[in-house]
Amino acid sequence: MGIWDALTGRTKPVRANLDALFSLPSAAITLQTAAAFQPTGVGSVCYRAAEGAAFAQTQRDVVALLDNDDDPDVESSTDSFGFTWLVARQHPEDLPALVTDLHTVNTSLEAQGFGSSLLCSMVGFADAGGRRLGLVYLYKQGTFYPFAPQGPQQRDNLLEIQVRDLLKDDLPVEPQLSRWMPLWGAPGL
Amino acid sequence: MATTRFINDRGLTARMTLVLFLLGAIFVALIVGLMYIFPSYAVLIGFVGLGIAWYQWYKSDTLALKAMRAREVTPQEAPELHGVIDRLCALADMPKPRVAIAYTDMPNAFATGRSPSHSAVCVTTGILDRLTAEEMEGVLAHELSHVAHRDVLVMTVAASAGIIAGMATRGAQYGAIFGGGDRRDSNNNNGIPVWILVLALSLVVYAVSFFLTRLLSRYRELCADRSGAYLTQKPSALASALTKISGEIASIPTKDLRETQPMNAFFIAPAVSGMTLKTLTSTHPSLEERLEQLARVSAELGKPMDGGFPSAGLGL
Repeated sequence: MGIWDALTGRTKPVRANLDALFSLPSAAITLQTAAAFQPTGVGSVCYRAAEGAAFAQTQRDVVALLDNDDDPDVESSTDSFGFTWLVARQHPEDLPALVTDLHTVNTSLEAQGFGSSLLCSMVGFADAGGRRLGLVYLYKQGTFYPFAPQGPQQRDNLLEIQVRDLLKDDLPVEPQLSRWMPLWGAPGL
Repeated sequence: MATTRFINDRGLTARMTLVLFLLGAIFVALIVGLMYIFPSYAVLIGFVGLGIAWYQWYKSDTLALKAMRAREVTPQEAPELHGVIDRLCALADMPKPRVAIAYTDMPNAFATGRSPSHSAVCVTTGILDRLTAEEMEGVLAHELSHVAHRDVLVMTVAASAGIIAGMATRGAQYGAIFGGGDRRDSNNNNGIPVWILVLALSLVVYAVSFFLTRLLSRYRELCADRSGAYLTQKPSALASALTKISGEIASIPTKDLRETQPMNAFFIAPAVSGMTLKTLTSTHPSLEERLEQLARVSAELGKPMDGGFPSAGLGL
């Protein structure tokens, strides 16, 4: 932000960067071959619901659009921080379809002027040993980071660092570790 | 296609720019005036004044936290508070400030620090007890907006003319007691002691600067309200928090009954309606003004937008 923004007290809301989501399928192949992590077919979008009729209408429309096909319906829930999660399910093999679902949510919100309320998107992975891994996409940064919960309030930092090193050629990985925020109890992980 | 609901508020920006310009103008007037009447000391007074302002800004986070007797808390000690601030910072794409809690029952929150990466947000236990999670989030978003707008820096720079004028006033009084006659210079032939000129000039600058910085402070609060409301997308949560806090604070008088009794004689009716001494000198805008602005933000968020998603009933 520039001097003028500071002087006028006007920070423009940061625009969401939606494009990098489509590099997820190639990263998933790397994860499968190198770390034996399979996509679970579950992905979620986390955003801040605005008050007022316009947002409610947008949300109804996007849920109706995603439900209007044969795959399982979208689930919506609100977490303890007041953020809304839309969870989409697809066949685990069909990661591009899942990514398209997530992208639809994002573009719809952005088209209605709510792009700044997007927090993150997450796609779930799991290995044969039952370890879970979420690849989290930060809209405001346009970067991904791994989140591997281990028990209720612990994370598997070793696995997260391994995944970061594996994926650094496929995805823009968030370089600042302080931005790797935990998402405890995130739906769909 | 417009894809943001962030409206420009040109009126507020214009008023604030004018105030900033006037503050700069009186700063220049003060320095020029001091140099004219007081050439040998003006630069020294200016530098010492700026030094004080710089120190206040540079150390603002530790000074403010110490003044409030606040304690920095770790994520383990206050997981809820840290969680909310984590998410707000991710939404706003800004570095996370330090988080502190002051153990006092007065409901209040403030942000301080010389830059977004050296800043602290402090809340009191009083506000934590009174507000719901949603209202608390609105208040924290307001404080984070202060950090993002670098309000400590802006207000310090704005106040520096006042600080220098205050110092010059002190110096002039000192000169009056200890024979200012020694410090006459060649410009001063007509017999008026230099210290009277300096005293008059710096008192005027101090008074003007006092009202202007208060005015600026009120505008910055409105800006922080706006940005905070856009960040959480819930203007009504902040509005409800403000009503709760100011209701509680305003209903408890701070002055002794006997002390205010003689003052009431002067306040039978405000001289100019809507512009009392209180509104001119307060650092925060009135509750009505803030609620009105939040209502405008709320209306803006609720409006349907052109060129976006088609509305229901079109057979999706």
